[in-house]
Amino acid sequence: MTIKYKSVKEFKEMISQKEISNKEIIQEVFNLIDDNKGLNAFITLNEENSIKKAEYFDNNPSELSLAGIPIAQKDLFCTKGLRTTCASNILNNFVPPYTATVIENLENAGCISVGKTNMDEFAMGSSNETSFFGNVHNPWGENLVPGGSSGGAAAAVAAGIVPAASGTDTGGSIRQPASLCGITGIKPTYGRISRWGMIAFASSLDQAGPMARTAEDCAILLNEMCSHDEKDTTSLDETVPNFQENLNKPLKGKKIGIVKDLDLSNLDNDVVEVFENSLKEFQSLGADLVDISLPNLALSVPTYYVVAPAECSSNLSRFDGVKFGRRSEHTKDLEELYVNTRSEGFGDEVKRRILIGSYVLSAGYYDAYYKKAQQVRRLIKNDFENAFSNVDVIMTPTTRGPAFEIGSKGNDPIQMYLEDLFTISANLAGLPALSLPNGFIDNKPIGLQIIGNFLDESSILNFAHMYQSETNWHMHTPEGIK
Amino acid sequence: MSWETVIGLEIHVQLSTKSKLFSGGSTEFGAEANTHVDLIDMGLPGVLPVANKEAFYKAIRFGLATKAKINQTSSFDRKNYFYPDLPKGYQITQMTKPIVEKGSIKIYLDGSEKVINITRAHLEEDAGKSIHDLFDGETGVDLNRAGTPLLEIVSEPEISNAKEAVAYFKAIRQLVTFLDICDGNMAEGSMRCDVNVSIKKNDSSELGTRAELKNINSFKFIEKAINFEIDRQTKLLENGESVVQETRLYDSEKNETRSMRSKEEANDYRYFPCPDLLPVVISDKELIEIKENLPELPEEKEKRYVEDIGLDKSEAVIISSSKAMANMFEEASAKTNDAKLVAKWLVGDVSALLNKDNIEIDESKLSAENFGKLIERITDNTISGKIAKSVLEDIWENGSDVDKVIETKGLVQIQDESILEDIAQKVIQSNPDQVSAYLNGKDKLFGFFVGQIMKETQGKANPKSVNDILRRLLK
Repeated sequence: MTIKYKSVKEFKEMISQKEISNKEIIQEVFNLIDDNKGLNAFITLNEENSIKKAEYFDNNPSELSLAGIPIAQKDLFCTKGLRTTCASNILNNFVPPYTATVIENLENAGCISVGKTNMDEFAMGSSNETSFFGNVHNPWGENLVPGGSSGGAAAAVAAGIVPAASGTDTGGSIRQPASLCGITGIKPTYGRISRWGMIAFASSLDQAGPMARTAEDCAILLNEMCSHDEKDTTSLDETVPNFQENLNKPLKGKKIGIVKDLDLSNLDNDVVEVFENSLKEFQSLGADLVDISLPNLALSVPTYYVVAPAECSSNLSRFDGVKFGRRSEHTKDLEELYVNTRSEGFGDEVKRRILIGSYVLSAGYYDAYYKKAQQVRRLIKNDFENAFSNVDVIMTPTTRGPAFEIGSKGNDPIQMYLEDLFTISANLAGLPALSLPNGFIDNKPIGLQIIGNFLDESSILNFAHMYQSETNWHMHTPEGIK
Repeated sequence: MSWETVIGLEIHVQLSTKSKLFSGGSTEFGAEANTHVDLIDMGLPGVLPVANKEAFYKAIRFGLATKAKINQTSSFDRKNYFYPDLPKGYQITQMTKPIVEKGSIKIYLDGSEKVINITRAHLEEDAGKSIHDLFDGETGVDLNRAGTPLLEIVSEPEISNAKEAVAYFKAIRQLVTFLDICDGNMAEGSMRCDVNVSIKKNDSSELGTRAELKNINSFKFIEKAINFEIDRQTKLLENGESVVQETRLYDSEKNETRSMRSKEEANDYRYFPCPDLLPVVISDKELIEIKENLPELPEEKEKRYVEDIGLDKSEAVIISSSKAMANMFEEASAKTNDAKLVAKWLVGDVSALLNKDNIEIDESKLSAENFGKLIERITDNTISGKIAKSVLEDIWENGSDVDKVIETKGLVQIQDESILEDIAQKVIQSNPDQVSAYLNGKDKLFGFFVGQIMKETQGKANPKSVNDILRRLLK
């Protein structure tokens, strides 16, 4: 009995039918991790504790909804006693004394956290190339990037090592790697999942979410991940619905918004074709296409690259070598302590964003950049509000193309930033959005993005599940995985 | 050329909440270093602040008491700078939307009254402490204080001299202790003050360049620092030089101010709205509740003392000047039926003793009950006012009970007229020369006879009876 490429739902079945013991599952996970070390998907493993927890479940069969399900946690969630690095040199010795709420929620539901996944440093990147711990390789091609920043999470799920992984999404960091690795991932509404214990990149945009093989699995995981948390004042005090309830609702008469302002003409024909084929599929499921306008959408990348760096420049100030994390050994005085610790501890992309952020917040530039960006952000939000008065979901391609080669965009940050063109607006507006596999280009998977209205994860999961009931793009598995 | 001084104060008041502004960490003073620090105070990766409503309620009490505008929706901003005792690398403060705006407070100086306007009072978190003198060549950081709620009260530049600045600081201290929002303990740093000083030509409407004097925490030093600074700036201007905008440090040992950093070296704090905290909304209901629970304020007390009790204005001002003084007055008055006499003693003899010992009334051994009893023993003629002075000195030193002092020292006033008459007869008989001189018109000698009787009775004779008896006998 192999666990490779099984969904969360299938795991639950196998465990409840006692087809495999919890310990065997965990042992096989660690064998798979070991066999596929070359992917570089993990930074830190949690083998001993995982086996212990599995043995516990073998001795004490549990009714918990996710009892025994192995899960990989992005290395930006604090995990008590387990090193948490954010893929940065500056935190490379940091062992948190507490656990993030979302991780606690998953573990309280029975999940076994097998390890911490590789990522772009502090979640800043779209290719996993900024990690201090090296590139993650895409299971669909050794020389391809897995996307980022949740690149290790996406690779681990795509390679069938674990059925699920936690991710975070500030500008597309769940959806873009999901698209490039051929899996399903959802960023829920901002505030659905507590940010307590999630190391902040851009606080007003950061949102955790699940990455898995299917939309149904995402719904199962989301049920446990969401909660109102008094430790996070931006967490929403809203009832968490059962996200599985509406998965099979017929799509007949539902409306899909197609953004007419989105210029697809400079995309590859293949990308457009894959996108249009999916729309046809939804039409055959009974949904209608409706043209909508998001006039300020084109401003979302520049807006994001003011707001996110501004917040990051402040959020990352605490990494100063004084209290925790790595301190430079070459310090004569206080100024050197700061300068050398931060110069040695942060990578180039993080430094770039701290510089941009400090610049846009500085006296004399604040109004022209930060304030203006916040105003545009409001406009983008309004655009979506208007659009959703008329449609149930909005669909776009998730990315401009499939996975690109490692190193191919390394010297051009702007090209890299444009990777997030389609995904960023959902973060700026705080809306839920999902990516699911909807085709292949040159044997490389690519994804479809479904954006939902505020708090309406159920609708996008419904659309995604119905699509996955009729198609098998999400069932494809890469070759060459051991 | 004559010059005019313009002063504005920024007073940091530590609010007496149990827990910190954004965490459950304790605010207690004096604990072992870094023991009152939780995950949030430490600024660990991934932690988030949650605003403490209690701090808002206390800030609102201040706002209501200074007749200020209360912003029922207020928000937090981040002030970014690096310092080892600032764990997050930014301070959370209220830059754009403070909880309190546009208030005012009255100050008294040399018998006259002046209103000082308050620009704003906003909430912010305190930093920790850097300890430079404990470890050789190294600096220690104590984060116990980090995150303690502060109310920063910013005055308009309407203060004209050092004495006024001190009077303003005292008025603020009086108010916050009355309101029970701060313990007013300056030695523990519960109140600290930055002073902005500038000088301008008398007839100029334009303000001069200011220097900011940082972190002064005693009345005496505020006065000295300002006077030094006025002197320094005046000399500069009179020599045709100009004042540089800068932050200066007051050195109390040398009694001078020294430049800390100039405007060019000043931090660019890169303020922006704190994305971790939603704006805090105070409901009408909360506001009404705070209003209803507001204690009687100094100004209201003063008015009541004059109008309802009949005290002199000057007495009422002194008694309402501190919560402890007012409490002493009100509690002691409740024990007697002569509140005016209580006031007279409080402003007179008790204040003299306070000044002599240089303490506040709540630091003395005098209890309101004992003090009330002392006044009562005067009004019920058990002791004379003169004896009362010596009793007061006794209970002041030892905290002993008034009645016990009167009893053990045998100080009860002699009321019995026949005893007093015997003594008077004796005095008259032993001083025939004075008697004849008095009877020949030397009226002043009356006092001599009173004095002799008092001497005989160790001051215990009832003065009124003595007068009556002598007048009768010396006819």
